[in-house]
Amino acid sequence: MSGVDGLIRLPYEKLSKWLASVEPEFLASRRAQAELLFRRIGITFAVYGSQEATERLIPFDILPRIIARAEWAQLEKGLIQRVKALNLFLADLYGPGEILKAGVVPSELVYRNPAFRPEMAGRRVPHDIFVHIAGIDIIRTDDDGFFVLEDNARTPSGVSYMLENREVMMRLLPDLFALHRVAPIENYPDQLLATLRSAAPRGAGADPVSVLLTPGQYNSAFYEHSFLADKLGIELVEGRDLFVKDDVVFMRTTEGPRRVDVIYRRLDDDFLDPLAFRPDSALGVAGLMGAYHAGNVTLANAVGTGVADDKAIYTYMPEVIRFYLGEEPLLKNVPTWRCREKEALRYVLDHLDELVVKEVNGSGGYGMLVGPHATKAQIAEFAEKLADNPTNFIAQPTLALSTCPVSVASGVAPRHVDLRPFVLYGPNGASVVPGGLTRVAMTENSLVVNSSQGGGTKDTWIIDDAPLARA
Amino acid sequence: MLSRTADNLFWLARYMERADFLARILQASRRLATLPRAYGGVETEWESALLSSGAAPAFHAAGLTVDEANVTQFLAFSPDNPSSIRNCIELARVNARAVRTALTVEMWEAINGAFLELKAFEQASRSAEEVTRFLDFVKQVSAAYDGGAHRTMLRNDAYWFSRVGLYLERADNTARLLDVKYHVLLPETEAVGGSLDYFQWTAILRAVSAHTAYHWVYRDSLKPWLVADLLILRPEMPRSLIACYESVVQNLDRLGKSHGKHGPAQRHARTVFGQLEHATIESVFHNGLHDFIQVFIADNQRLGALVSEQYLF
Repeated sequence: MSGVDGLIRLPYEKLSKWLASVEPEFLASRRAQAELLFRRIGITFAVYGSQEATERLIPFDILPRIIARAEWAQLEKGLIQRVKALNLFLADLYGPGEILKAGVVPSELVYRNPAFRPEMAGRRVPHDIFVHIAGIDIIRTDDDGFFVLEDNARTPSGVSYMLENREVMMRLLPDLFALHRVAPIENYPDQLLATLRSAAPRGAGADPVSVLLTPGQYNSAFYEHSFLADKLGIELVEGRDLFVKDDVVFMRTTEGPRRVDVIYRRLDDDFLDPLAFRPDSALGVAGLMGAYHAGNVTLANAVGTGVADDKAIYTYMPEVIRFYLGEEPLLKNVPTWRCREKEALRYVLDHLDELVVKEVNGSGGYGMLVGPHATKAQIAEFAEKLADNPTNFIAQPTLALSTCPVSVASGVAPRHVDLRPFVLYGPNGASVVPGGLTRVAMTENSLVVNSSQGGGTKDTWIIDDAPLARA
Repeated sequence: MLSRTADNLFWLARYMERADFLARILQASRRLATLPRAYGGVETEWESALLSSGAAPAFHAAGLTVDEANVTQFLAFSPDNPSSIRNCIELARVNARAVRTALTVEMWEAINGAFLELKAFEQASRSAEEVTRFLDFVKQVSAAYDGGAHRTMLRNDAYWFSRVGLYLERADNTARLLDVKYHVLLPETEAVGGSLDYFQWTAILRAVSAHTAYHWVYRDSLKPWLVADLLILRPEMPRSLIACYESVVQNLDRLGKSHGKHGPAQRHARTVFGQLEHATIESVFHNGLHDFIQVFIADNQRLGALVSEQYLF
């Protein structure tokens, strides 16, 4: 909440005054009510490997994270630029491969990447769009601005929490809303549906049928899948509800087969089609890839987008943006050492206790080392892994991550946060819903905000009337 | 609608209805069990609770002794009895979660709330008081779910499939209850029947919340054949077989109309309903109450199979 000068940052002024005016018990009671609401609505998250609680609540913090409209506008431009470049990049990787020929991105990083799908090479996807829905993880370090921490071009999740957090906040803290002008986010589902419909194959009729494909109710994000299908007013299907005949996808309904044009799939590539990928998968649809290649169905996101999520590829994103758009990136990357490069590796090995080291394909906070919080043994273990397979790792400095006020048992305390805005990208253009999911490290000093690692969430407010500088 | 969604909604409604019925059976049996011995001698109420619920074979296979504690545990709480109240609520929630998008918020909250409270009851003692509270809770949950559906669901196929499931299950439950008690409903038992029979009839009526209704309909003292008449042929009695079938036919017809196609399920339901409409309680007794109910139960099961065939569950 405070800037480098130690003063309350301007967008937070009203919140700070309001906080001073309410009793601590008030916050505690609202916290309890919020928890009750989340549990009753069933907004849960399944944790793999945790026996006692297969469905857990994600901790929710009732104080909003506030960003001024002017800052947001900058961020929004940068996000759209980035997703545009990601799309051109993917179409190129599975097409002519210009960027590889030009030597801007090393080709082995692409071709050896497990998320690269050789099946997609030489294939075009409807409207040449690969990433319809992107979640770009952003951190802010100090008043200097925002940095991209990670690109999620595969199947970014969390948008249901963004929407539900807002609903709960409006119910619990109407007075605080009355003090601010908060940009609404409730039109996100409409925009998502419009994006999906616009992405339908050219051969689809005037009223294309979209569905959301889920792995099923035991998937960790099932709540989100059902929530979104509901808000979009489309069928929530499992693989067994679909079948392919003559390269056309149908769903089984009580009135007989019905043609499907767009699949918002929340199922990884590996499981989509047992004939094309993992033959042991019962989650997918046999023949789906045939229908896809025949141009009869749109998959959102496209197959093979995961290659762009790779943390080694990430390090080249500024070059990727320059290459395709001829523009300077509006959003900076976090400075990153590519351990595949000799000098970088030497530096990283020498400074393990200061750095965050990540596996290039890891996600959800798994497979990483947070140097300053690691034991000597953990550091030694990681050093060995690094030396064995340096290509598999990148390292980043533990930046002076900004913090947000969080309501805790003893009152209000700062915690580290990041932000995942959601970018929609279709043939008619790109849009970003004002806000996004703010993730909070619920433990003091912790830098890990992933929900699978006990992180929480809070509502993100883009407010209109905050001047950026003090008058 | 997706066939799987229809299937889930159909079974969800059945599980909620079954949980309610089990709670009612247990409450009626508890009431009978408190009667002094002088009124009847043999303690059959717990065995008959098992029979009415259809759980007798599983119970005996587990080698349990028939008594209040064991039967209550088995029917209400046992994770090993696939049809226990606990399992019905859990299965209802699994189905509800899979078709979350087809339910209204009220319905989901009723089921999800029940599931969460169930956990608390599972950890509580099994004192008589606690069991009473639990059974009341189950009836409330079922009513809240049913009321939520009635008040908030769009009148489309999701609603009609739910209703068909509910009435099929309710008809099955009433028929089973009658089948277990048919010997106390036979007219000739009245002559020999002592006060035990009287309390048995009352218990049947109480189980289906029809004790007061009986008097409103017949303005007469309790007569076993009238109890049977009320539960089989009286359209104004919401749990009677004929009332259930009237609703089954209506909801299947709406489905047929919206799909533009009537099939074997609609035809079979109409036939069963027609038979009930033309029956009199005299003809039922003349041909044998037990046989009548057995045929009905089989017909009702067949309708369930026809619905799932026709709508590709």
